[in-house]
Amino acid sequence: MTWLALSWPYVLELTGEHLLLSVPAVLLSVLIAIPIGQLANRRPTVGGFVLGAASLMYAIPALPLLIIIPVVFGFPLRSPATVITALTVYGTALLVRTAADAFGSVDAEVRAAALAVGHSPRGVFWHVDLPLAVPVLLSGVRVVAVSTVSLVTIGALIGVPSLGSLLTDGFQRGITEEVMVGVVATILVALVLDGLLILTGSALAPWARRRSPRPKILGATR
Amino acid sequence: MIEFESVSKTYPGGTVAVREFSLQVPSHRTVVLVGSSGSGKSTLLQMVNRMAEPTGGRVLIDGDDVAGRDAVALRRSIGYVLQHGGLLPHRTVLDNIATVPVLNRTPRRRARIQAAELLERVGLDESLGTRYPSQLSGGQQQRVGVARALAADPNILLMDEPFGAVDPIVRRELQAELARIQADLGKTIVFVTHDVDEALRLGDEVVVLRRHGVIAQRGTPAQILAAPADDFVRDFIGADRDERRLTVERIDGRDIAVDGTGRPIGVLDS
Ligand SMILES: Nc1ncnc2c1ncn2[C@@H]1O[C@H](COP(=O)(O)OP(=O)(O)OP(=O)(O)O)[C@@H](O)[C@H]1O
Ligand SMILES: [Mg+2]
Repeated sequence: MTWLALSWPYVLELTGEHLLLSVPAVLLSVLIAIPIGQLANRRPTVGGFVLGAASLMYAIPALPLLIIIPVVFGFPLRSPATVITALTVYGTALLVRTAADAFGSVDAEVRAAALAVGHSPRGVFWHVDLPLAVPVLLSGVRVVAVSTVSLVTIGALIGVPSLGSLLTDGFQRGITEEVMVGVVATILVALVLDGLLILTGSALAPWARRRSPRPKILGATR
Repeated sequence: MIEFESVSKTYPGGTVAVREFSLQVPSHRTVVLVGSSGSGKSTLLQMVNRMAEPTGGRVLIDGDDVAGRDAVALRRSIGYVLQHGGLLPHRTVLDNIATVPVLNRTPRRRARIQAAELLERVGLDESLGTRYPSQLSGGQQQRVGVARALAADPNILLMDEPFGAVDPIVRRELQAELARIQADLGKTIVFVTHDVDEALRLGDEVVVLRRHGVIAQRGTPAQILAAPADDFVRDFIGADRDERRLTVERIDGRDIAVDGTGRPIGVLDS
């Protein structure tokens, strides 16, 4: 515990950096995946193609991606923007299919009924499709959040600080405790974000909360 | 008044739902379209609020072709009750009822207060207002559907088998409730059902449909019972069914109505 006792302010600072990299990436992934998912539902042919292409991006290895992004977007190599963009690519790839499923889960009859009583087509998206997609969408966002938090550590490869820096630094200097702290802190951040997402979900979808009072991830045991 | 002027609807793919249908629905009346499944009843209703566009003919409301109206504004001006309720599962009962007023920019608070009043009008307790549709029984959901259709005080109500999914006893209650509301409000109602008894009970006028929305007979319930136009109608309304064939027997000086099975069902007032 000696290392942590001395270095906890550094760990806190890195946790902050970690959040500043992962939270924007998750938000951007959601913002990008939603219209793609919606498109995949409206136009299965075009949408299916976009969906496939987007999912494939997950197969791009991290290092080449971190090198391509600065070239394409004109960011400096060692910038948070590069890492956030890379994480957004992976996050979007993970989320698009769930987003499509989320909109597909909205009962077509409910949608037609909403139109029939006088919602405008755009209103149906905001007032019916989107809120009703929240429970399924959220299950995908939780996966993306956890995955992004652990992927942030790759930023350390190009020298963008995050909790991943503890891993690279600890390995290089042979400080096992530092590596352990890096791993545990990353997991804790993931758990906390996941918890916040569950809370957000039940705030956004109280109707679903009342129907199934317990989120599945907590398990069926009481 | 709603007028169907030789309206036809062929769906993409070639299914003919409605062929050359003409009908006038007078204001403040209830006209019931009754026909078996697939006879084009829903399609006819949907052509009034432009959820379906006719492939031939016109639908007029008070003389104006609905095709020339803005579809969204048109729908907001017409109350629509759907077979399976069609309530928004993520909105509370009050918010469901307040849907159209809120879309029309009535302040939400006021719309909710009016919605609570409507709950009472359709025979529901105000305490149900904060529930979600999934927390209601089928009959309660249908009542909420009716309340939602009434919320913006439309002149026209379109009702598509609104009581089809509830048990017979609740259905009778809902029918009585609707008759009471209609006596108060005098809306122009087009009501669709495949239940002949419901049609005879609720319609000022009943229109019996064959396939493709072809009119087999139209008339008051009494006219249709008195003189079914042909075997199809006779069969459809069950004119030969025991409970429709009443005879009068004189017992102890009173006239007793007896149905076809010989079971007494009432006493004639002298
Ligand atoms: N969107 C659609 N696309 C293609 N065909 C349709 C569509 N809607 C209805 N139809 C067809 O049109 C015909 C009439 O359908 P409609 O729904 O109007 O009948 P209905 O009298 O309301 O029946 P039900 O009592 O079962 O509700 C049917 O043959 C049906 O299959
Ligand atoms: Mg129908």
